[in-house]
Amino acid sequence: MNMTRTLAVSAAMLGLAGPLHAAGVPDGTKLAEEQSYTFWLLDAIKSMDPQINTDVEGSDILRNLFEGLYNEDGSGELVPGVALDHTVSEDGKTYTFNLRDDARWSNGEPVTAGDFVYAWRRLADPATASEYAWYMELMQVENAAAVIAGEMPPDQLGVTAVDDHTLEVRIITPLPYFPQMLVHGSTFPVLQSLIEEHGDDWTDAGTLVGNGAYTLTEHQLGERVVMEKNDTYWDAGNVTMEQLTALTINDQDQALTRYLAGELDRVDIPAGQYPRLNEEYPDQAISTPYNCSYIYMLNLSEKGPEALKDVRVRKALAYAIDRDIIVERILQGGQRGAYNWTHWAIADFERPQIDWADDMDQAQRLELAKELMTEAGYGPMKPLELTLQYNTSEDHKKIAIAASQMLKQIGVNVTLDNYEWKIHTDRMQNQDFDMARYAWCGDYNEASTYLDLMTSYSGHNNGEFFNDAYDKTMKDSKTATDPLELYQQAETILADEMPIIPIYHYANVDMIADDIKGLPENNVNNTWYGKDLYRIAE
Amino acid sequence: MLSFVLKRLAIAIPTLLLLIVISFVLMHSAPGGPFTAERELPPQILANLNAKYGLDQPLWRQIVVYVWNIVSAFDFGPSFIYKDRTVNEIIAQGFPVTLTYGLLSFVVAVTVGVSLGVAAAIHQNTALDYIAVGVSIGAQVLPNFVMAPILVLVFTLWLGWLPGGGWQGPEYLIMPVIALSTSFMASIARITRSSMLEVLTSNHIRTARAKGLPERRVILRHALKPALLPVISYLGPAFVGMITGSVVVDIYFSTGGIGKAFVDSALNRDYAVMMGVTILMGTLTILFNLVVDILYGWIDPKIRY
Amino acid sequence: MVATAEQRVETHGLVAKGRSPWADARRRFFRNKAAMMGLFILAFVALFALLGGWLAQWSNEELDYNVMGQVAELGGPSFASGHYFGTDDLGRDLFARTVQGTQISLAVGVVGALIACVVGTLYGATAGYFGGRTDGIMMRLVDVFMAVPYMFVLILLLVMYGRSITILFVGIGLISWMEMARIVRGQTLSLKGREFVEAARATGVAAPVIILRHIVPNLLGVIAVYATLLVPLMILTESFISFLGLGVQEPLTSLGALISEGAGTIAYGTTWQLGFPLLFFCLTLFGFFFVGDGLRDALDPKDR
Repeated sequence: MNMTRTLAVSAAMLGLAGPLHAAGVPDGTKLAEEQSYTFWLLDAIKSMDPQINTDVEGSDILRNLFEGLYNEDGSGELVPGVALDHTVSEDGKTYTFNLRDDARWSNGEPVTAGDFVYAWRRLADPATASEYAWYMELMQVENAAAVIAGEMPPDQLGVTAVDDHTLEVRIITPLPYFPQMLVHGSTFPVLQSLIEEHGDDWTDAGTLVGNGAYTLTEHQLGERVVMEKNDTYWDAGNVTMEQLTALTINDQDQALTRYLAGELDRVDIPAGQYPRLNEEYPDQAISTPYNCSYIYMLNLSEKGPEALKDVRVRKALAYAIDRDIIVERILQGGQRGAYNWTHWAIADFERPQIDWADDMDQAQRLELAKELMTEAGYGPMKPLELTLQYNTSEDHKKIAIAASQMLKQIGVNVTLDNYEWKIHTDRMQNQDFDMARYAWCGDYNEASTYLDLMTSYSGHNNGEFFNDAYDKTMKDSKTATDPLELYQQAETILADEMPIIPIYHYANVDMIADDIKGLPENNVNNTWYGKDLYRIAE
Repeated sequence: MLSFVLKRLAIAIPTLLLLIVISFVLMHSAPGGPFTAERELPPQILANLNAKYGLDQPLWRQIVVYVWNIVSAFDFGPSFIYKDRTVNEIIAQGFPVTLTYGLLSFVVAVTVGVSLGVAAAIHQNTALDYIAVGVSIGAQVLPNFVMAPILVLVFTLWLGWLPGGGWQGPEYLIMPVIALSTSFMASIARITRSSMLEVLTSNHIRTARAKGLPERRVILRHALKPALLPVISYLGPAFVGMITGSVVVDIYFSTGGIGKAFVDSALNRDYAVMMGVTILMGTLTILFNLVVDILYGWIDPKIRY
Repeated sequence: MVATAEQRVETHGLVAKGRSPWADARRRFFRNKAAMMGLFILAFVALFALLGGWLAQWSNEELDYNVMGQVAELGGPSFASGHYFGTDDLGRDLFARTVQGTQISLAVGVVGALIACVVGTLYGATAGYFGGRTDGIMMRLVDVFMAVPYMFVLILLLVMYGRSITILFVGIGLISWMEMARIVRGQTLSLKGREFVEAARATGVAAPVIILRHIVPNLLGVIAVYATLLVPLMILTESFISFLGLGVQEPLTSLGALISEGAGTIAYGTTWQLGFPLLFFCLTLFGFFFVGDGLRDALDPKDR
């Protein structure tokens, strides 16, 4: 197989298809006078530093203030950002990016390959103490692990500026999805001179210099973030939306009320409200698949309960939970019940045949679950006592309550344990749990982002499911020409061993003002860019 | 008088020290640190983070350094979670907000509450009295986290008169102030009413009336001052209650104030912000109680310092 | 949070009153209409909390799958479905949950107030009895504690150690004993010089015994008034904690938790989720306020 792939072709096509007045605005569209977009944030933005940010909401802001090598379009396909295209060496380990020469920082300086080198080294450098430093390792960048561990100086990281417009990256294993990973905010460039001059204050409104389509004009922590169109952006001529405003509203129901009062253009719909809103506002209530899966992780470690070491018990727990009730009666927002780990909408992935998912209805599963419990030696005389731990959230609470009632049917008495996120995580990492709510959002649109997580060497496998066959399958998948078959094998192992109980696959359930256009409709990561938006005249 | 003030201020120091020690011990003995992340951090990075925030030092040393930084430079350190901000910056942004709607609520609660109470007392057993008593009893038990969403529903969604939240101009103040002041106003009205009734039957009021002074003058000049004594002693608890209420206001009206900052910092283990806000609130409580005591002495000549 | 200081107890003269003060007080109390109404309300709420479970057709944790998912349409109050108060968002019976929530709220209020009273009384009586430097130090300490933003400390406790009803009880109790200690100390100072205390001391009775046997019993009136007025404050505090999501663990609930859930969904056509719990919440608070006011007026001989 020819490992040399390039985006140049698609980029060129995009250039040809480029419409006249703005990216994505169809000809003949009547635009509204005021081009502004107001969206919702649940919490205050913790950091606007690309290498420090760890939040999804922070990334939404970063994508508008900065621009990485590639962007995504409405379907999640890569489109050129600062990089026009790239070439890959024969062994698939060296990527050479060809950067555009008209990219500018908002202070007018040119964006160079050196800015990326600085940013990537900064991410890995333990002196930066970034909580996302491991992303460099995930990207398999040469020497990333050693740099992060402080064993090598940051300049040994496998990223070099060949010249101002050529960036070379060396990785240690070929990663077919490497370019997809470059959409992530922690790989965005930052301006070295600015950071050295202002220290931690460089992200203040008025000080911050970015290379994105917008500049930061106001940031009231916990109140609002305002971004204005950046005229030095290389594609500014095609940016229609003049102003982006993010309002922090800590209460989801309040946010919806304020959306209905016309104060916001986009909010999440609280669990259970989608059907009603969809009926009342069919053009505004929208549900699209979202790249996250919700599970209950089982503790198979030494410290876990004896009962969970029995695969029959684990299966019984999984079978007894009625996913239809959870997605259709509780969430009601177009989520799908999950019978496997990887999200159904992930590109080039198809779930293998799984007997309990495909060949049984819920009544049969429940019967089987009861039988399995009896076989394992539990019954009405000897009920199984387990705790179910979840982090604070109205939705997690509802699902946990429902699950505990469902498990009661097979003689499992569940005690609910609600903790704050930090304690929840801490307890999971110390194996202080029986069953724990967990969700994983894919870092990119490819099945390995899920499946790698259950390997024994993953940093997230808190239930300590250690399975050699599984590890081998996932290792083999890295170099396979067509990894799908191996991914399916991995899913089959998970179904046979049931170290995690799949609950549901996420959906983005939003109210979006009907005059706002250009938001992605088919992008499982829900990666959106203000530069693609426009408001039509009503 | 001066020595009284100084003595009270002297108490502030051990109080704040105690507060710092309690908070430090509480925070550091609990599971889950500020850097507990979904993925366990590489050891070198964790070590650097701990060093940056001084968490690698023994507890007593952290406390000493913390206090020293405050005393010598008024520096509350960097926030653990809002990595590009210091605690000073966070407080500088949020505190004026909280102070604005808090003070306004306080003024509204006292003026409206006292007026309502006096009016009800003067017109005892009339319709006005019954309405005032009924409303204030109801308002007293209605939690502000119930009132806030109802206000937004009515004034923002249904009537469209007021913005549902944010902090941009005077109209953004109205709902926060209503939500925060109502229950205190109700309490003050009830207290004023009952103490006014008591004062109105006392001897010196009878004397004043016997002298033929106009009723208005009797009430304002002679009755009001003593009747306010119990109101003033209620101001302390009211102040503390308003600090708590600011959390609800910040959550529902997205004002970006200090109350929400505290809850967030507690939930996220942002030790620095948590300490900073707690110390700020403790100091304010001490100062406020001092003001109340001075006020009390000014109104009641029987009290000597 | 409503902190009400008409609950400030008028104490002077309470103890020094002459013959049969209790009988007088009882008469005054029973003549007070508001207090009697309060007592009646409290009896009703207590009966509801204790016996309501028998009337409920559902348990407080069962999910009604017929209603679940269409709560706004099908989950309203109805005798036919057995959900007298309707259901919550998950289809759980709100009647059973209100009964159980009332139990928790009452328990938190009463236990919290009890802890505050016990700690406050012992502390205040000890300080007052020993007087001098001990008194000085102990009362300065109270001043120090009173300046602590207690709600913040309570939030810290619950966040740091996870929510549990024990921490809630103890936390709520421990943040409100200071006022009690001050009042009791003042009373003790005046009792200390009285003949029966002098006599006990002269016959060599140990200090703890004097405090428990001779001083505390004479303070019961003050303590009762203060305790009654403290209960609603505890219930309000708990409701705030529940609003922050730091209250009792599911499937248990409290009135505060139910109200805060109901208030959140007020725009979605399920007003009964707010209405019924709020009704019982208000009734409980009214009851305690009225009875407390009545007790104070009854035990305070000063004529109104």
